[in-house]
Amino acid sequence: MARAAVEVTNLMVDRLGRPVLRGLTFDIPPGQITGLLGPSGSGKSTLLRCLVGVQRIRSGDVTVLGQAAGSPALRRSVGYVTQSPSVYSDLSVGDNLRYFAAVARAPAGAADRALEQVGLADRAGDLVGNLSGGQKARVSLACALVGSPTLLVLDEPTVGLDPVLRRDLWALFHTLADSGATLIVSSHVMDEAARCDRLLLLRDGRIVADDTPEQVRLHTGTDDLEEAFLRLAEKEEAVA
Amino acid sequence: MSARTTLATAARVLRQLRSDHRTIALLLVVPTLLMVLLRYVFDGSPVTFNSIGLPLLAIFPFVTMFLVTSVAMLRERTSGTLERLLTTPMGKLDLLMGYALAFAVATLLQVGVASAVAFTWLNLEAPGGVAPVVLIALADALLGMSLGLLVSAFAATEFQAVQFLPAIVLPQFLLCGLLAPRDQMLDLLRWISDVLPLSYAVDGMTRLRTEGSFTGQVGTDLAVVVACTVVALALGAATLRRRTA
Ligand SMILES: Nc1ncnc2c1ncn2[C@@H]1O[C@H](COP(=O)(O)OP(=O)(O)OP(=O)(O)O)[C@@H](O)[C@H]1O
Ligand SMILES: [Mg+2]
Repeated sequence: MARAAVEVTNLMVDRLGRPVLRGLTFDIPPGQITGLLGPSGSGKSTLLRCLVGVQRIRSGDVTVLGQAAGSPALRRSVGYVTQSPSVYSDLSVGDNLRYFAAVARAPAGAADRALEQVGLADRAGDLVGNLSGGQKARVSLACALVGSPTLLVLDEPTVGLDPVLRRDLWALFHTLADSGATLIVSSHVMDEAARCDRLLLLRDGRIVADDTPEQVRLHTGTDDLEEAFLRLAEKEEAVA
Repeated sequence: MSARTTLATAARVLRQLRSDHRTIALLLVVPTLLMVLLRYVFDGSPVTFNSIGLPLLAIFPFVTMFLVTSVAMLRERTSGTLERLLTTPMGKLDLLMGYALAFAVATLLQVGVASAVAFTWLNLEAPGGVAPVVLIALADALLGMSLGLLVSAFAATEFQAVQFLPAIVLPQFLLCGLLAPRDQMLDLLRWISDVLPLSYAVDGMTRLRTEGSFTGQVGTDLAVVVACTVVALALGAATLRRRTA
């Protein structure tokens, strides 16, 4: 197998003096979609911030595409979408895209292509501030796609979207993975877990499962991933 | 450093400013109206109008750019766009230079309108010509910008950012020599005034008027303002942390 896209060893993070990630070790294979699941507050966003190198960590190693997370050489290959849309609401959709394209040093035409990918090609002239929540989220996603990153770190990119849009975006994620990109997508919607190649289940800053969806179902003896997650959580509690 | 990123940032910041029509209007009109007001307040004393008016042309852009930058930077921090930019190939210097370039353009417009009105209609005197006045005003605007950038790191909300205006700008205004000559202040106040950058901006304008041209002394004042700007920018750059808690 090719070298892992992400290697995390013994990662510990404290936020405001409280432990948030309590010693994580895992690899993420390249060219796949890895789903990061877990309850609210379990540390998903914190872990994703570590992968893009904006989180101060207490100890451990995070290696991304063979380099220390956040190192300058990586910044052209990593695309990051924060949980709440991080775009300029006082600019038009197109102006946002063109700006982030320039910053990512993307070729001409990248902005239009990214807008097409998220289904907003007809809204290029609209002010972001006048868009709906889901539309803003898609602009934010497009601003990360614009640099054609080889690693995409997406924090709940489909929250607040209708089923049709969610299906379209997941189809896009698979197209990107098929063309060689590695995607890490956080979510707490279990029906999205089934669309991932691999799952990483996080609970209270610890990994409770790191496997394919099939294996998670097999080990927990249920077809329903939601139920599987609940059983894993209970097992964890029984141990503790 | 990348010229493309710097220019794209400058264009983006200007676009954001332009989309806010009310701010643009206030930016351009208020200093001019205040100059007109000042002129008629001192209707009977053109000498006073001349001695206060010229330094004020430098203080307006200082105050405006301080406010605009501290709020703009705070928004950049709280909206997550700064965090996102810091994960891209953009260098911190690209961001700072982009802001500086955009605000230099805004300042030239602001000072342009205010000077045009002041020097023609209001008969404000500029013994050394208009160019040095604009040059000093530009330096002060960039000083205001870099201080605004620096304080934005210490503000968590826009309320706090705005409160830094009376905290940082007003003391400098009181001690800069405009209200009372600096050499007549109490020793302690004069020492404080000596280390505040706005004092040199006002000194520069005053000397420009009394000495009648851009002398070496004016150049020294200008150099102090520029040096303070560079220091504040460097400190501000240090507050743009890639990794946060
Ligand atoms: N900006 C912050 N400063 C300090 N602590 C934080 C901050 N953001 C989150 N935390 C803390 O870190 C812990 C994990 O938060 P995190 O945002 O990583 O969870 P999450 O799994 O992404 O949750 P959600 O599904 O609700 O987005 C929480 O206990 C939270 O209180
Ligand atoms: Mg989160």
